[in-house]
Amino acid sequence: MDDKLIIAGREFSNRLMVGTGKYATMDLMSRSLEAAEAEIVTMAVRRMNLDEPGESLLEHIDLNRYTILPNTAGATTAEEAVRLARLARAAGLSDMIKLEVIPDPATLLPDVIGTLEATRILVREGFVVLPYTTDDPIIAAKLEDAGAATVMPLASYIGSGRGFGDPARISLIIERAGVPVVVDAGLGVPSDASMAMELGASAVLINTAIARAENPPLMAEAMKLGVRAGRLAFSAGRIPKLERASASSPKEGVVK
Amino acid sequence: MRIVVNGQDREVPSGTTLGGLMELLKVDPRRVVVEFNREIINRSSWEEHVSRELKEGDALELVQLVGGG
Repeated sequence: MDDKLIIAGREFSNRLMVGTGKYATMDLMSRSLEAAEAEIVTMAVRRMNLDEPGESLLEHIDLNRYTILPNTAGATTAEEAVRLARLARAAGLSDMIKLEVIPDPATLLPDVIGTLEATRILVREGFVVLPYTTDDPIIAAKLEDAGAATVMPLASYIGSGRGFGDPARISLIIERAGVPVVVDAGLGVPSDASMAMELGASAVLINTAIARAENPPLMAEAMKLGVRAGRLAFSAGRIPKLERASASSPKEGVVK
Repeated sequence: MRIVVNGQDREVPSGTTLGGLMELLKVDPRRVVVEFNREIINRSSWEEHVSRELKEGDALELVQLVGGG
């Protein structure tokens, strides 16, 4: 079935984006990306450790295979996010940016006003902007109006694995959005990923739930199947929920 | 003279160039993004910047892509 994810005119076959943070080893990370059959993988921008340079993550990521989606994690203001985005682009791997403006370390909730400001600036500078946002449909619409290539609402707190707080709000964003909706943050298990896709999300982004699972590559595969199942179910069209039972076997010809 | 690299003070000989600093720090400039006093130096134009002389108080950031979500 030809069912492509299209972001700013670029086509992708897999709707599971995977983060590269928090893995115990580089090997677990690369095996997880492979098991997820990820095409888009996120990375962060950080100061190089000059005293102990260590291994570069990029040595473990096949750039012919994966599209790098750098993020602005660490930015607490729009200004910092713009600076990080420019640094990320200068690495020469991608003009896509997963925009995060996060002032509060306890909740890691996004500053949606700062996110909107930074979106406007980065869109003007030619970035393909994928902003991380709350599950507020009004903000999602404003981000889209500002030129965001997708909107990435949270299911719940980053890294919490709590699943959906209120799926109806994500549905509302999906219903109104003209750009792909990527559910980012808070997904814990494949059923969460499947639910996102059943609601009509275009993709999901998962990091912690894979990286911190007991067996990350196995969880990556499970998440891949969850995303696929959910997407197929969405395309197939679910039945309406009924108040009462509806028998599956014929009512006629019952042996009495 | 004193310059600031990645937020930390460093003593380097006066007259050190941008290219010289990379050698001093044993950093391959193709593997980092260099921000010099808030100006990003694009890799494609790196050669044009190697002989730029640093001066007291200059601030550099040497960043790279790392694991993240």
